[in-house]
Amino acid sequence: MGRVTGPPAQDRDPGLQPERTRLAWRRTTLSSTVAAVLAAKAALHGGVQVEGVVICALCCALWLSFLAVAHHRIRTLAAGGIPPALTPRHAGMAVLCTVAVAVCAAVLVY
Amino acid sequence: MIDFARNVRLWFEPQHISEEGATPDYRFSLANERTFLAWLRTALALIGGGFAVDQFLPDLRWGVRVGLALALLAAGVLCSLRAVNHWVRCERAMRRGEDLPVSRFPALLSIAVAIVAVAMVVVVLAGWEG
Repeated sequence: MGRVTGPPAQDRDPGLQPERTRLAWRRTTLSSTVAAVLAAKAALHGGVQVEGVVICALCCALWLSFLAVAHHRIRTLAAGGIPPALTPRHAGMAVLCTVAVAVCAAVLVY
Repeated sequence: MIDFARNVRLWFEPQHISEEGATPDYRFSLANERTFLAWLRTALALIGGGFAVDQFLPDLRWGVRVGLALALLAAGVLCSLRAVNHWVRCERAMRRGEDLPVSRFPALLSIAVAIVAVAMVVVVLAGWEG
């Protein structure tokens, strides 16, 4: 009577694993934002040229798709209950975006 | 190499993973995911370092600058590919109840970062003297 009971155990993990994972995704989107800003700066460094603008747009698109993957995962983790494991397709997409930014960088540097 | 090809197939066909073994405690999967993300951040930091070397060290000779930048970018690419590969291997090992895979990659990466750092010190000192 009158005792406040916590939510069921499976609704809230005492170790806050889903929250920690969600924040890890946030940190990673922050890192990818830094990389994207550096990419944009490098692409538009020597004045506005066709090549630079194309690479800048490509990096922005890659950053947006990384953001989409992260956002999807964050929403899944925030939904509550036992979250499903990350799918290899999402992991592969996130890595693909990272690698593609590196390839853009290599083209710019060269 | 064949193992690697099979892992690459697994990245894009998740149903093959969930057919194997038993689903582990979701907390282990989430911990594995966070490790994957930490490696991905390391890769992004290396790529950012590549951009930074190219942008903020304009006084370096062209060869040294491009070499250093490309080395950092290559390390970033390797790191991210290894991140997803290691994640898949850990996930599968957990499903099968096997030991987690061991890897010499962290040691190799730290040695590579140490070499780049020493190279930077030498470059800065050489620039200072000259």
